[in-house]
Order: sequence, then C-alpha cells, then structure tokens
Amino acid sequence: MTIDSKFQFSDLSDQELLYGAKTCPGCAATIAVRLALKVLGERTFVCVPACCLAATTNAYPQVSFAVNYVVTAFPATASTIAGMAAAAEMQGLEDVTILGIAGDGGTADIGLQALSGVCERNDNVIYLCYDNEAYMNTGIQRSSSTPWGAWTTTSPAGEGERGKTKYRKNLFDIIAAHRVPYCATASVAYPMDLMEKVAKAKAIKGARFIHVHAPCPTGWGYSSEKTIEYGKLAVESGLWYLAEYENGEMKLNLTPKTFKPAELYLKGQRRFRHMTEQDYKLIEENRDREWDLLKERVKA
Amino acid sequence: MTKTQKGKGRFLSGNEAAAEAVRLCGPQVIAAYPITPQTTLMEKLSEFVAAGEMSAPCKLLLVESEHSAMAAVMGAAMMGSRVFTATSSQGLLYMCEMLNYVSGSRFPVVMANANRGTATPWTIFGDQRDSFAMRDSGWIQFYVESGQEALDTILQAYRIAELPDVMLPVMVNIDGFTLPHTYDLVQVPEQKAVDAFLPAFKTFNKLSLEAPKCMSFAYGPDYHLESRCLQQKVFDEAVGVIERVDEEFYGLFGRRYHGLADTYRCEDAELVLAVTGSAAGTTRVVVDKLRAEGKKVGLIKVRCLRPFPAKFFASLNSPQNSCKVLGVLDRNISFGLEGGLYTDAKASMYRPGAKINTLGFVAGLGGHDVSKADIEVMFGKLANLAEGKPEEEHQFIGMRWA
Ligand SMILES: Cc1ncc(C[n+]2csc(CCOP(=O)(O)OP(=O)(O)O)c2C)c(N)n1
Ligand code: SF4
Ligand SMILES: [Mg+2]
Repeated sequence: MTIDSKFQFSDLSDQELLYGAKTCPGCAATIAVRLALKVLGERTFVCVPACCLAATTNAYPQVSFAVNYVVTAFPATASTIAGMAAAAEMQGLEDVTILGIAGDGGTADIGLQALSGVCERNDNVIYLCYDNEAYMNTGIQRSSSTPWGAWTTTSPAGEGERGKTKYRKNLFDIIAAHRVPYCATASVAYPMDLMEKVAKAKAIKGARFIHVHAPCPTGWGYSSEKTIEYGKLAVESGLWYLAEYENGEMKLNLTPKTFKPAELYLKGQRRFRHMTEQDYKLIEENRDREWDLLKERVKA
Repeated sequence: MTKTQKGKGRFLSGNEAAAEAVRLCGPQVIAAYPITPQTTLMEKLSEFVAAGEMSAPCKLLLVESEHSAMAAVMGAAMMGSRVFTATSSQGLLYMCEMLNYVSGSRFPVVMANANRGTATPWTIFGDQRDSFAMRDSGWIQFYVESGQEALDTILQAYRIAELPDVMLPVMVNIDGFTLPHTYDLVQVPEQKAVDAFLPAFKTFNKLSLEAPKCMSFAYGPDYHLESRCLQQKVFDEAVGVIERVDEEFYGLFGRRYHGLADTYRCEDAELVLAVTGSAAGTTRVVVDKLRAEGKKVGLIKVRCLRPFPAKFFASLNSPQNSCKVLGVLDRNISFGLEGGLYTDAKASMYRPGAKINTLGFVAGLGGHDVSKADIEVMFGKLANLAEGKPEEEHQFIGMRWA
C-alpha cells in the first residue's frame, strides 16, 4: 500500500466530530464517518440525505455532528453539496471541505442522477457513500448495490425464492467513467487505507468520490462485534476490492494472492443463510470474472 | 398608477424583464434547468453571467434537473448566499419535494415560474395548474400581469423573502406564453435605486464556521406541530410586509401593485370578477367597455395566492360593499371540486347570512385563449345571477361545446 498523501497518522486528532450517534452497536457507517471527519477536520460542511446516518444523528434539539451539518432530501445529496460548494467559492471560503455522505440507496439509486451531474461538472466536493448493501433505514429493502443472492424484505428467500436475483451495480466504474479527478473504494475494515484516501481526496480539487464498504449487523444478520471481521473477509474473499482511480488510471490497493472461500464470508450472515454450495460456487465464478476484468484494466 | 417612472424604458419580453430584475438583485448562485416557456429567461441570465453583467459576481450552476436546481439553490442558501432559480410546469412539479425542504427551513429562495399546463395531455401552453398544485408547499406566490410587473415583483420578492421577520421563499408566476414571450415597454430601474431598495443579503439562518450548527433538522412529534404553527404565523406577518414593501417600492420607483389584491373600478361595482395574472389585462378592457354601457362591473386582480387576501375577500361581504355577485376566473382546476382560487375566495367570504352570490369559472387551460368575449360571457352570467336567473355554480367557459 502506498502512502503518497501528506496525511500522517501521528497527526490524527483525538477529537471526535461525530459523537453520540444513535446507530446500532457495530455500525460501520458510523465508523467510516468518524474516521473521515478526523482527517477532514473542523472546517467541514456535512450534508446527509434520508438514510440511517441522518436518522440517527439529528432529532431536534440534539445533533451528533460537531461540524456544520445539513440534512437534505433522499435524492439530493450531490445537488445540495453542489450548491454549498458554489456558495463557498463565491464567498471566498478558503480551506473548507464540502462533504456529502449518503448510503448506497441514496447514491446508486435515487441520487445517481444528481451525483452524475456533480461528477460531470467537476464540482468541488467530496462524496462519501457508505455501502451497507440495502435500504437499512426503511427496514432492509434491496438496493441496486445489494449483492446477488442476498435476502432482503423485498428480495425474499425461502420456498422457491433465492434472495436478490440481480447482480449489484458497479458504482466505482460508473463514477470513474465520468473521469473525475479522484475516485476510490475503501472499507471500514482497512481504516488506514480509508483515511489515506480521505486525506488524498482532501488535497485534490473537484469532484471526489469514495465508496466505503460498510457492514451492517442489523441488516446483514450477524453479531455486532464482527463488523470488522466481515469487512476483512469481504476483501480477502475478493467480494469487495480496494481500488483508486486517479489521473485517468486505475489501481488496486490490495490484491489477495489467493482468495479465501466465499463461504467463509457468506455463511455466518443471516441474509445468505439460505445459500447452498451451488450458490457459493456461482458467487465465486462471478467474482473471478469480475477480477479478470479488473486486472485487465489495471494493467492497461 | 403615478406617472413618475425612474429608469430606462426598454422593449423587453417578460422573460427578459425578469432576467433584468435578477441581474439587478445580484444573486451569488443561480441554478436552473431549461423548460419552455422559461428557457429564454435562463438563457438571458447565462448571457449576463458570461459577460460579467450581473450586478454582483454570480456562479451559474447548470444542473441536470429541476430537483437538483432547487436542491442546489437550497445548498447555497444554507451557506448564506442570495440565490435564484426559474422553471415551469413539469419542472415545477419535479421540484415539489425540494420546495417543501426550502420553505420548512425558511430559506429565502426567489424563483420565477413561467406558468404552463401540466401533462397529460401534454402541452407547452399556458395555464396555472403547475403553481396551483404547489399551493401548499409553503411558498409565497405572486401572479403578475405584465413584464414590468414581473420585473418589479422580483425586486419586491427579494426584499420580502430576505427580511429577518419573514425568511420565506417566493415564487413569482409569469403566465406563459402570454407574458414571457411578449415584448412590451419596460422601465428598467437603475442599479443605485435597486441597491437603495434591496440591501445586501445578511442572515443568521446559515451555516457558520465560528458556530457550527445543524440545519433542516428532523423534528419529532413533540415539536412538529409548533414548528408548523410558527410557519403559519410568518405567513400572517407576511401580509403586512407585502403591503409595506409595495409602498416602499412605490416611493422609490413610482409604481405599485397594491399588496395582495388590486382592484379596478370596484368602488360601486355590483358584478365583480376576480382573476390572476395576465387575464387581468383583458378583463380591464372588458370592464371599461361594460362601464361605458352603464354596467356596474369591476375587476379584482389577485396578486398573491399565498398568503391569500382573505381579509380583502371577507370585506366584499360587508354591508357597505357594493358587490352583489362575485365571479372567479380560474386557470386551474382541482379535479373533484372546482377552481382553486374560487374555493379560497368563497372560504374567505364565508359567514352565516352572507349576502354575496358567487360563480366559479374555469377557462384558459393549456393555452386556450381567454378572450374579451369570454370575459363578457362571465359578466353576463354574473348579471343573470344578480337578476335571479339560474346559473350553474361552477362552469367551464369558452369550450367548443357549451
Ligand atoms: C424520495 C424519497 N423516497 C423514499 C424515501 C424513504 N427512504 C428513506 S431512507 C431510504 C433508504 C435509504 O437507504 P440507503 O441510502 O442505502 O441508506 P441506509 O438507510 O441503508 O443507511 C428510503 C427508501 C425518502 N425519504 N424519500
Ligand atoms: S441498520 Fe445497519 S447501517 Fe443502519 S444504523 Fe444499524 S448497523 Fe448502522
Ligand atoms: Mg444502505
């Protein structure tokens, strides 16, 4: 893993800028945001749409963010921060970060159009998507980022039903296709990597996007102390990858020599409980196809 | 109207007149998305921004939709910037979610809406079903009669919206295609005069690096009702503010529009027709004609849909008021009931033993012309009712079948 940002971990503040969020124990979304804010610091303006994070961090008169924080409509994270960034520029606010934070639903589904607009215009914002792979705030419904085969309340598993029947959308590819200055995937299970990426994004101007894998004990069905374990297993089994797109080039930050069996990641989670050996095999085959594509692009 | 006109007379379309107003007010951020018949307004603003002709440095965000346009200006308003956007019809409907965000958190966004019907049937032509559908979104709504009034009302809109006691978003409705694309002589005020009328925008309702805060909070049931009560109170306050600002404007520019509702030849009028927007001009002409024939007719021009001139309508019912029959022309309809203005007017006048009879007319939908003949027909029906002849309470006027 290369560290080419100016960020030093010894600089890391012990000040918490997200505190007292009413998220579930073991919520990775909270971890991602906490770590990101430690890097970005007090001169950050946060914007969050309807999602678990918004629902658990503000209820008048209480608020969990110690930085400026606005809530916006579910589809409107990117468009709201575009306006905030325009105003910051016109007011000559120096050295501030306009940060949008949204879930996978708010990003890959209902907010994708606005996000595409921000990327195309190269607005001066950082957009962080915490991906818990479903609409959790509304009680676990499938999103376009829910992986194949996962149970959700709208992709049931049971008699004759096998969970989600579609593959997930590749958000990283979609954003990279906009040729933004910076785009990365990350995971809360790799906090150093995550914070380096946030630091790198902070130092760049324009539209920056970080897609963070964020295990969710409540929605995925595992006990809360295992969030980091599942985050690691996802990467080690090749079902999530750590990558960056910068200056028109893509790079992988971590390439497992051999993948751990998908089963290790899948079998302990309630949402995959219905899966058979055959399903594990299908998932691994799909994973291998995806990695072939990935490696080709990294080479080129 | 007095004859004192300050500023330059120029031949402008309604959209160009509106753009001139925005140029003079100098928003820091504009976000907009094109839609007929608003497009030429946003094009004009693009020219002003590109040529550095706005009265203050301005960033124009060419967003990918109206939802994003309203979200973006809200984001900029959250940072304390003066903002502007414009839309029409489908675009306004598409913004609906954000209209409520903006008003609930009290951001003084000013928007021009070039009124147009809403699909289906698909149409690019004018009616007011777009803005009437947004009646309950918590915005002040003005309707204007001319390009001049569009310009003047946008100046007034910023003044009203940004007053610390108000802090409400304002929508200025400009009847498409009638106004946005019609050229007329428009007095464009001088910058100095506008600056004297509209101070630089300062607000406490914004984010701050010195004292970070949360905006657009979630409220639990224990605070929600109270917050809505306060929002309603502000609209009550706004009634007086709108009247006062119009007077102030008159003092500086020599033009005024008389608060929430204006009247024409109503002093002893027995048959009165209430209208919104461009239909006022046509109705004036008809009123003059009928007056010349000795008929006691008058016009009410409803300038504000929200706050609604409820007191004004209630006063029609006083024993001293000459009005016997009130007709209301709606260029919108709330299916399953009647025209929206008619409902509001009746509700405002209601009291036991009310003396006034009323008729609701729906006309001019989807660009259907509201002709002088149509207006005469409406007055004829008001006369029928006054004479005790039967008339259906709610009627469509000007249809190819009667
Ligand atoms: C326009 C609109 N549609 C639907 C909703 C309901 N809604 C609120 S949050 C949410 C799901 C959020 O999912 P995601 O973005 O993945 O965040 P998470 O809750 O998983 O953290 C939905 C469907 C809404 N608030 N607004
Ligand atoms: S449901 Fe999942 S994402 Fe939402 S607060 Fe709980 S752990 Fe976090
Ligand atoms: Mg989610």
